[in-house]
Amino acid sequence: MAERAPFSVQTIPGFAAIAIFTFVAIYTPLVILVAFSFNAGDSLAIWEGFSLKWYYRAAANEQVQSAAIRSLYLAGISASVATVAATMAALATTRTRHFPGKTMIYALINQPLMIPEIVTAVALLIVFAWVKVATGHTSMIYLIAAHTAFCIPFAYLPIRARLETMDDTLEKAAADLYAGRWQVFRRITLPMMMPGIIAGLMLAFVISMDDVVITEFVKSAGQDTLPTYMLGQLRRVVTPEINAISTVVVFAGAFLVTIFFWVSSNRR
Amino acid sequence: MAYVTPESEALPLDAPAEPGALEAEHSSRDVRQRWFLSLPSILIIFFFAAGPLSVMLLYSFLTPGNYSGVKWEFSTDAWSSILMQRDIFDDTLQWADAHLSIFWRSLSLSMITTALTLIFGLPTAWFISTRPPGRRELWLFLMTVPSWTNLLVRTIAVQEMIRAEGVINNVLVFVGIVDEPVQMMFTNFAIGLGMTYVYLPLMVLPIYAAVEKLDKRLLEACYDLYASRWQAFYRVILPLVKPGIIAGSILVFVPCLGAYVVPRVLGGGKNLMFGNLIELQFGAGRNWPLGASLSFTLMVIVMVALIFYIRVTSQERKDG
Repeated sequence: MAERAPFSVQTIPGFAAIAIFTFVAIYTPLVILVAFSFNAGDSLAIWEGFSLKWYYRAAANEQVQSAAIRSLYLAGISASVATVAATMAALATTRTRHFPGKTMIYALINQPLMIPEIVTAVALLIVFAWVKVATGHTSMIYLIAAHTAFCIPFAYLPIRARLETMDDTLEKAAADLYAGRWQVFRRITLPMMMPGIIAGLMLAFVISMDDVVITEFVKSAGQDTLPTYMLGQLRRVVTPEINAISTVVVFAGAFLVTIFFWVSSNRR
Repeated sequence: MAYVTPESEALPLDAPAEPGALEAEHSSRDVRQRWFLSLPSILIIFFFAAGPLSVMLLYSFLTPGNYSGVKWEFSTDAWSSILMQRDIFDDTLQWADAHLSIFWRSLSLSMITTALTLIFGLPTAWFISTRPPGRRELWLFLMTVPSWTNLLVRTIAVQEMIRAEGVINNVLVFVGIVDEPVQMMFTNFAIGLGMTYVYLPLMVLPIYAAVEKLDKRLLEACYDLYASRWQAFYRVILPLVKPGIIAGSILVFVPCLGAYVVPRVLGGGKNLMFGNLIELQFGAGRNWPLGASLSFTLMVIVMVALIFYIRVTSQERKDG
């Protein structure tokens, strides 16, 4: 768009009204969800005064505690491993001409994005059920493996995007000044990639924290994460405790995503 | 994962070589190094995402075990019972009505959801792109923030709005529009509403990308030539935004088909969709081979839709 057209040309009658309605409709349920987490009463719809009791109750609930810790542990490990693997893969597949197998590597890395979660979940359930019977081993390793796999594309995309916008002048200059390959990588390439790596890590962490479907199918007994715990609770009488947990999850996620946007928009 | 992030659209499947590619030498050593660096990702995804799909395919040709799992006997029953069932009395094949009604619910709700997200998404995308340049990013951010909050939490938020003792019913009863709460939970309506709510940003973002590229001077030209508002919309805007609409429709339609969380929470036990039917086979249904064949079917449908999506978006890149 070279010039701004007069405003009236861009107006389509009714569109602004629908758009405003849409924004209001998007935020209303979330605002109400958050508001009623502070409700003094048991109701999710009738306000009985401000109180933090549901937060205290959630924090004191041992199942919530262990699910929260398990979620953080799982997301921490999975996102870290995925980010390291994705960084290596991004280095390998960017800033190069076509090489044999490049398309295949790219397709494989993005494979988890293409397949519905429920399908991957079922396939993993089948394979892991078999491994669990064969080895008798039921630790968190299955969840970590599954989460790492589907986190890789989410970590890979921002790192790759960052690498593609980086020009190689500094790296060439360093190489001209007799820096070794490792030195160039350690002192130039890696610091320049860092915003992409941090963005990738954040994204992978959020994706792992939010996952319900694959976790639900892969977890062994007693391995509830926060989302699967919440899903299980929905079958019972729901109290604002679920709102309190949701509120914490929403704000933690929004915080990480804001960092993600901030890091990735500062890259230029 | 049915998520497709905005970044991923911008990436062609096979990026053309950049003029400033770091090393021009393409010795076999370089290629080997690149393969070696990709190896951790390749192995993790092969073993824990892509590979298991072939085991799943294998399982779809086995016989269900007595309690769960499978017996290692070849059978194609899992595939035929997707659509047909054997009558227990006279052993004839009949349409599996229960399955068909679930497929129909999945298909129709996905289409309705796609239509609804388009009805709300197109004006929203247009609205965002006509904000002053500095504000656009903020509006876009406001649109994307909820889509990054937990899908389950957003579904719970919808559930709390439409429950019998939820906010909407309270308001309706208070205002006097209805005498007693309207049953919205555990209906097809609830699933459609929930999916529209959670997948709306997937429609807005690609349409926004298309609207953003639209040269607004064309509209000026159009009005100079005495087009009516409707003509401008129908003859100029819509054709130019069409690739975005197609992309957005596929991005919404695909996760709707594979939806599991939304129908489970909002649809309850009676209003199953494809994803819930699959889950059922691994729970109460105890028919793993059928679960595997259903799951494989879903995957193929989604792959076809996504290949179509990639063709549409790469076409758009060529044209743009």
